[in-house]
Amino acid sequence: MSGEAPEVWHRLHPLSPVVRGGRGTAGIAILLVLIVFHRGKLSDASVQLAIAGLLIVGGFVSWLVTRWRIEDDDLRIETGLLRRRSLRFPLSQLQAIDVVRPGLARMFRVAELRLRLAGTSGATARLAYVAEHEVEPLRDRLLALARGARLDDGAQELAPVGEPATQEEHIVATVSSGRLVASICLEYWWLIAILLGILAGVAVSPHTVGPLLVGGGLVWTISLVTFLWRRFNQQYRLTVAEGPDGLHLHGGLVALTAEIIRPGRVQAVRLVEPFLWRPLGWCRLEVDLAGRQKSKGEGEAQRGQLRTLLPVGTRDLGIELVDWLLPDRPRELSPPPRRARWKSPVRYRALSWGRTETCVATTSGRLRRVACWVPLEKAQSLRFTQGPIQRRLGLASVHVDTAGRGVHATLRDRDVEEADGALEDLTDLARTARRRQAAA
Amino acid sequence: MGAALVAAVVLAILGFPEFTPIPVAIGAVAWVVVGRRYRSWGYGEREDDLLVRRGVMFARLSVVPYGRMQFIDVTAGPFERAFGLATVRLHTAAAATDARIPGLEREEAARLRDRLAELGEAQAAGL
Repeated sequence: MSGEAPEVWHRLHPLSPVVRGGRGTAGIAILLVLIVFHRGKLSDASVQLAIAGLLIVGGFVSWLVTRWRIEDDDLRIETGLLRRRSLRFPLSQLQAIDVVRPGLARMFRVAELRLRLAGTSGATARLAYVAEHEVEPLRDRLLALARGARLDDGAQELAPVGEPATQEEHIVATVSSGRLVASICLEYWWLIAILLGILAGVAVSPHTVGPLLVGGGLVWTISLVTFLWRRFNQQYRLTVAEGPDGLHLHGGLVALTAEIIRPGRVQAVRLVEPFLWRPLGWCRLEVDLAGRQKSKGEGEAQRGQLRTLLPVGTRDLGIELVDWLLPDRPRELSPPPRRARWKSPVRYRALSWGRTETCVATTSGRLRRVACWVPLEKAQSLRFTQGPIQRRLGLASVHVDTAGRGVHATLRDRDVEEADGALEDLTDLARTARRRQAAA
Repeated sequence: MGAALVAAVVLAILGFPEFTPIPVAIGAVAWVVVGRRYRSWGYGEREDDLLVRRGVMFARLSVVPYGRMQFIDVTAGPFERAFGLATVRLHTAAAATDARIPGLEREEAARLRDRLAELGEAQAAGL
């Protein structure tokens, strides 16, 4: 790999600062339009003009001083005018490449490449923005390089360097927009009810409801709407496809995203069935990934959130995807002893757990049913807990902790003996699974 | 609990003989509860993982593989410092991991920290 002449430096797409500016860009455009149509002396608007000019020049300069190239096995990005930064991202640690297209980017036919790297730092290299027609070749090239670099490190097979990643996809599921809307309404029916109530209130007696809205209620209403909107926007037309390197996800209404999920990166899988979905046999499949970074426009709250693989689909489809991600999932789950009903009267019917050599599965939930699968090599720690009621009943729980905050597989309310045994078993199995992974 | 004990002693010394039985009773109960809690704390170093036991009402036993430890911190609050004690806490990538070993002698805490760091490095596993 070494000995190659270093590549020439590339620049990002010239329109990058415009897209990056996002709302700011729109603001400047509006400002300029206002100035142009404002009938008066130009000197009146000198301050605004100066600000707009400064921002434009700043954006241009930031584009001018940013460049990138591929050096051997690294992606190097240089940026900054006064404080020059040179970033080096080892491609051997590349986990996945996401392609993100926010609204403005789609208008200008550009896209952002986001390279997610492994390691505790979980760094993300961002190439924002690259022309749309260059995205696919560049992504394939980076992936091929990453594969090559990894094989160099591990040296098990001959590295097929330069061979582009095959783009064969087998589409598994696409979510229709009608079903998505229905599913969101059914899951958040209470939010919708609140919104409708507010609307009705405004319509019937604006004088009583109006002041309430102004006094803080408006903020809540807006955040409700944003929450629902974001859900819809992210999950619109989400398509899952099986590719050679993992599950390919793409979708989104305004901001398009494309993501590749490698089975080996999955920390945990969760199948959720909200209460009102259950009669329809729908479910949602979410995965917890390591090193998932907060992306632009996502709040801190979303960071810990899981990646939705299947926003809404039939249970069979969900299970099929689970099988794809964790081929060795436990098929037979055992219910807790009958006396667990005293401890968890509502949950009792949903509780169960099972395991194979490499994977543990649990189910739980009161109104909303949740099933979790955790590959044992990803288990971080195991906990055996027993509360006062559980002690009286001779029960105990075992928790399998995974990275992140999202999913916990909990063997809830098992017989003490069984829980003790499970703790031992799972500890041993997790150790073997870890060793196997380290050896591979 | 400690505060109740202190209150009992202080009240007895300051000479409110008529109130003394109440704090003394509280103190006695506290003594028992604290004792039980103290006895519930424990840890064991095994070949591949560390066991941490804690809690009377809500008993828990954590198994933390050495390879999964991300960092270990040793803290000592003002009370702990006064008695030459320290708390060792293990952190993994999981937020739910709850492995805290309180009330260690300071030398033992330092030894444990170094030992765990060493073992963690030797067995470190990727995510």
